[in-house]
Amino acid sequence: MTLLYFAWVREQIGRDAEEIALPADVQTVAALLDWLRSRGGGYASALEDLSVIRVAVNQEFAAPDHAVADGDEIALFPPVTGGAPS
Amino acid sequence: MIELTSQTLDPEKFTSVVRRSTNGAIVTFLGTTRDNFEGKGVLTLEYEAFDEMAVKKLEEVRQELMAEFGLDDVAIGHRTGTVAIGEISLVVAVGSPHRKDGFYACHKAVDRIKEVVPIWKKEVYEDGSRWVACEDHEFTHEHEAALQAGDG
Repeated sequence: MTLLYFAWVREQIGRDAEEIALPADVQTVAALLDWLRSRGGGYASALEDLSVIRVAVNQEFAAPDHAVADGDEIALFPPVTGGAPS
Repeated sequence: MIELTSQTLDPEKFTSVVRRSTNGAIVTFLGTTRDNFEGKGVLTLEYEAFDEMAVKKLEEVRQELMAEFGLDDVAIGHRTGTVAIGEISLVVAVGSPHRKDGFYACHKAVDRIKEVVPIWKKEVYEDGSRWVACEDHEFTHEHEAALQAGDG
């Protein structure tokens, strides 16, 4: 499974991408986030407040109950802030 | 036309794309980088994008707008990387037969881009930098409802 990190999520975790072997008992976005958080360090601090984390599975926004599988590309990032300055 | 680029955006390129003899109005929005945030001087803005997904989402917004307002074309350009103060970070050009739809579609395009396109903005000051926090809005009702249902 490919994990991609952007913006301050990338900065806090300390990398912009990684490949992982998905544990068999991790089957949803929510479970994946919990599993990443349990790694501690930058993962725990980046994912401390899940209300400011957005997830895309294969480049589509995904809710916490969305299924994840080996071979998926999962991106973690903050709410988007592009477009025009407010 | 959709463009995601680290190069300078030329508004004329986007307005010329939506020009048609059937259009009575072209409405163009330029998003420019402001030099201050809450009184603090901003040196530059840095835009980071999830490139592949951003291009897809820009195209989705374009198709949405074209369908909703019956437009022939919407041209959108978004800048990535470092953008100096006063430069253009976003161009949206809409051509429509009448100006009312053009203004409305252009406004909606900018709002939708801010909701769903995976691009993030960082303000760089003399004494540090800050990732801009998202305005409080719902980008899809389903997603927000799901977040509330699934959280905890």
